[in-house]
Amino acid sequence: MNTLMLKKEQWLKISFVAITVWFIWFSNSHFDEYTIRILNNIAIFIILAVSYNLINGVTGQFSLEPNGFVAIGAYVAALLLTSPEAKQYQYAIVDPYPFVLTLHANFVVALLLGGAFAATLAACLSFPVFRVRGDYLAIVTLGFGFIIKILAINVPEVTNGSLGINDIPEFSNLYWTGGIAMIAVIVVLNIINSKFGRAMKAVRDDEDAATAMGVNTFKAKTLAFCTSAFFEGVGGGLLAALLTSISPDLFDFFFTFQLLIIIVLGGLGSTTGAIIGTVLVMGGSEWMRFLDEPMNLLGYETTAMPGMRMVVFSLGLILIMLFAREGVMGKRELTDLLKWRRKGGK
Amino acid sequence: MINVKNLHVYYGLIEAVKGIDFEVKEGQIVSLIGSNGAGKSSTLKALLNSVKKTGDINFLGYDTRNHKTHTLVQHGLSLVPEGRKIFINLTVEENLRMGAFNNDENYEHLRDTMYELFPRIKDKRYQLAGTMSGGEQQMLAISRALMGEPKLLMLDEPSLGLAPKIVGEVFEIIMRLRAEGITILLVEQNAFAALKISDYAYVLENGKIVMNGIAKEMIGDDTIRKKYLGG
Amino acid sequence: MFMQQMVNGFSLGSMYALIAIGYTMVYGVLRLINFAHGDIMMVGGFLGYFGIAVLGLPFGAAVILAIVGSALLGMASDRIAYRPLRSAPKISLLITAIGVSFFLENAFNVFFGGVPRAFPVPAYLEEVVDFMGLTMPVSAIIVPIITAFLLAIILWVLFKTKYGMAIRALAFDVGTVNLMGIDANRIITLVFGIGSALAAVGGIFWAVNYPSVEPMMGVLVGLKAFAAAVVGGIGSVGGAVLGGLIIGFTEVVVIAFFPELGGYKDAFAFIFLILILLFKPTGILGIDFEKSRF
Repeated sequence: MNTLMLKKEQWLKISFVAITVWFIWFSNSHFDEYTIRILNNIAIFIILAVSYNLINGVTGQFSLEPNGFVAIGAYVAALLLTSPEAKQYQYAIVDPYPFVLTLHANFVVALLLGGAFAATLAACLSFPVFRVRGDYLAIVTLGFGFIIKILAINVPEVTNGSLGINDIPEFSNLYWTGGIAMIAVIVVLNIINSKFGRAMKAVRDDEDAATAMGVNTFKAKTLAFCTSAFFEGVGGGLLAALLTSISPDLFDFFFTFQLLIIIVLGGLGSTTGAIIGTVLVMGGSEWMRFLDEPMNLLGYETTAMPGMRMVVFSLGLILIMLFAREGVMGKRELTDLLKWRRKGGK
Repeated sequence: MINVKNLHVYYGLIEAVKGIDFEVKEGQIVSLIGSNGAGKSSTLKALLNSVKKTGDINFLGYDTRNHKTHTLVQHGLSLVPEGRKIFINLTVEENLRMGAFNNDENYEHLRDTMYELFPRIKDKRYQLAGTMSGGEQQMLAISRALMGEPKLLMLDEPSLGLAPKIVGEVFEIIMRLRAEGITILLVEQNAFAALKISDYAYVLENGKIVMNGIAKEMIGDDTIRKKYLGG
Repeated sequence: MFMQQMVNGFSLGSMYALIAIGYTMVYGVLRLINFAHGDIMMVGGFLGYFGIAVLGLPFGAAVILAIVGSALLGMASDRIAYRPLRSAPKISLLITAIGVSFFLENAFNVFFGGVPRAFPVPAYLEEVVDFMGLTMPVSAIIVPIITAFLLAIILWVLFKTKYGMAIRALAFDVGTVNLMGIDANRIITLVFGIGSALAAVGGIFWAVNYPSVEPMMGVLVGLKAFAAAVVGGIGSVGGAVLGGLIIGFTEVVVIAFFPELGGYKDAFAFIFLILILLFKPTGILGIDFEKSRF
């Protein structure tokens, strides 16, 4: 092994952490509230994207789970963080169960419990779905998202139904979101580069061959799925503490669809790609708001067309799949690009 | 009838066939023999443009380069695939119908001809094809291909998984087909059986042709004997 | 009262069945879950609405417009979005299907608005008749009858015609169909056409009975219909019908006897799905792809 190359990778990792930390500090003190809000969103979606990429891109199992698990993490955190007085006041449909009022935890515990809850549910789903040829994961996770929404609406004693939970204390800030995003990226990359990650990639590339080689495909898929769920739950908690107000409508299919576009655009299977994709899509989404408003097209005034933005999004996804399936990064990471240059390209 | 020059076949980044030339003249039985993985099946699939390939293939006087598989079949190039691939969820007779899908006028006549040639499958004509024995399935696969009235019939490992006696029957049928005027290109691991009925043969090893010649002479050849005919 | 719920259950189940057939056929030949299929049902309903309310067509003509339009749309989606990806990894196809689905929903949302439009039901369908001792609107009664009729047609096409045979052969292996000198891609597009036509009928039935159309109406229905196809036995037309009837019945009957469970109505399909995956993943009619007939 070329010691110079090894050192280069170490430098890359150290500089990544250092730059991120500096950037967080810098943004917090220098940017305005609007920009900080966007950066917070980006950070949270990076957490969601790199973990969603783990099951979809690295393990190749098509899943539509994020909105469900994010919702779980958000509700758990909301219930644990909101004060009993605020709960008593806002549960308007029915009275909350007594235990709901007693639920309380600090921020870290709330996030971890949200993640743990989500991961546990993921494990439960894994059993019926991954046992058979995983074709059904998509439908099951799609349905799962609906079920969570149905539960949120129909158990108002816990969730306050359609009114949602409000007055969640705003614990999230750039240090939390950025810091946890950094941790998530590091953890996910470590998993991908470990023997578990190799098993996951083997499942993606050729499941039959992987089984023949002795890879426990069920374990690989379950591990990827539950890890994704965990971080999605944590992300959900962060989101709840950022928005200070959540409701069942927030976690709809479009939420998952956005993440799908993000990881496809960035490159299915690439963590770097997921990060790039998040920045592009969240930034682009903000920029594309004008599509929903009345526009001046070559002097012709159009009326407001809410939903046009989503039409453009879906067309974009189709076009990417037809013409640029690899996305920005393909399956490569930033470190791979640098290796290529050293070897003179192959 | 078919002339192949400089054929390369690729599976992803792997080159299975590394530049081979061969030809099959009208009325001949030509064999491609060689051990497992030598590239024989890939060659047949390439002739039908089913796999990624480069090279020149001239069939009946025209370049097959950009034609789709089903068009080539319509023009008389037919394949009995490895593992037979009969439609197990269809009846025997439906399998034959599939072979003559585009030939509504002639279908019944062709079908009755097949039943004469292969009485065993006539008995089972309304049964699901998946219920037949290996040998019967092979008969069905061949007759299904014949329903397309091919000019060049290719067979991919027809002896695979069959008992020796049935193998003998199958090869007799192949010889009868040549007598009816059908040109045959045969891919086989069972080199002896293939060489016995062939006019000409090519030996494939690791994607390259290492030897070719008149089949009868090759049976007597020492190298061939040691490698492919069991000493 | 019970009989009335039975008819309603049959009615709802038939609608799910019609849509489930399309899912199961496409899955049978392509092993693809066509997420956009539920939205074809929505398109069918909207085309019917468009035909009557905007073009002023009589009901029958509007239905034909809906069926033809949806079939064309389904076939177009195959040619444009799915056919180029025949040899791509499966996940690409699934993602594209989601993209098409989302596109349809939002395109109709932009052009028609998200507010449900009342569907102009012709008077003769709203008439309440005395049927076997029940008083029910015609619209509820004809649904199962027409569905049974359509099912008979589909089975006849699949088992008694040349192209139906080719569709069944496709379910076994696409490459081998090409070896028969048949352009398998054209047959696949035909499957999309048939499935979409049936979904359009389902959409019209839905629009007549509920009676409104809105861009998202295909989402939940589509999901349940696919669950129905899996429960009944994916790849089997009979299974799709069986699964649809089971889910439709359960929804109607359980809510009739336990109205307090009303909010959970949409969860039943999902519960059935999980149960079937746990105990008999190939579905009730247990079609083993190695040995099956459609």
